[in-house]
Amino acid sequence: MIDKLDAALRFNREALNLRAQRQEVLAANIAHADTPNYKARDFDFAGRLTQAIEQGRAPQPVQMAATSARHIQADAPPSMLERDLLYRVPNQSSIDGNTVEMDAERINFADNALRYEANLTVVSAKIKSLLSAAQ
Amino acid sequence: MPHPGASMNIFSVAGSAMAAQSQRMNVTASNLANAESVAGPDGKPYRAKQVVFEVDASGQQDIGGVKVAGVIEDPSPLKMVFDPKNPHADAKGYVAMPNVNVVEEMTNMISASRSYQANVEVLNTAKTLMVKTLSIGQ
Repeated sequence: MIDKLDAALRFNREALNLRAQRQEVLAANIAHADTPNYKARDFDFAGRLTQAIEQGRAPQPVQMAATSARHIQADAPPSMLERDLLYRVPNQSSIDGNTVEMDAERINFADNALRYEANLTVVSAKIKSLLSAAQ
Repeated sequence: MPHPGASMNIFSVAGSAMAAQSQRMNVTASNLANAESVAGPDGKPYRAKQVVFEVDASGQQDIGGVKVAGVIEDPSPLKMVFDPKNPHADAKGYVAMPNVNVVEEMTNMISASRSYQANVEVLNTAKTLMVKTLSIGQ
């Protein structure tokens, strides 16, 4: 029965998780508006969500701790987030190699925040309806 | 936050950007204040300073907070002003004045202030979202 509850909330959980990750990436873009040679990043939300629903979340890479110089170095593969991060193509190039376009980033950030909130509302409503079914 | 680079979260990223922008504002304030300082502690005219921003990459990720890589001195030549009455004047009557470009510093200040504001808004939005997340299912 618990796995049914999990399945009922799974889609929204994955969507919220990805929205939170995208929010971080967009926050980093805004933070680096004045850093020379910084390239604005983003990811394909729909593609990542489909992947997370169909194949599950990718396992987190585990890094081996090497406490001696004679240990074999075992570097973890780049994490999911890093591998799937894409570079934004700027509409206008800037002289210092920075590709952050503040207006576009702010719009994306606000849009992502709104969708995150919408998702929260849906989750809350879903929990309420599950609760009323259980009572 | 859900992924391994634990240092990468909105609060630390926006916070580091705010710290970097306020350091930039401090340097601008110093440049503007010393635009006419003919002699510093070493007896030489003040030189304009600029901060250099860098990505503070966490581990393998090349995204992360902002870090001030250093404060550099502007290498452009000092302004030579003809003022033979000045005690710092050289044999020909010229005084070396700081190479601070006041117009550039003003635009720098406005840019730093706007970027700071943008990061404050990011923080506020993130905070609102976190509070709403905490009230899931209530």
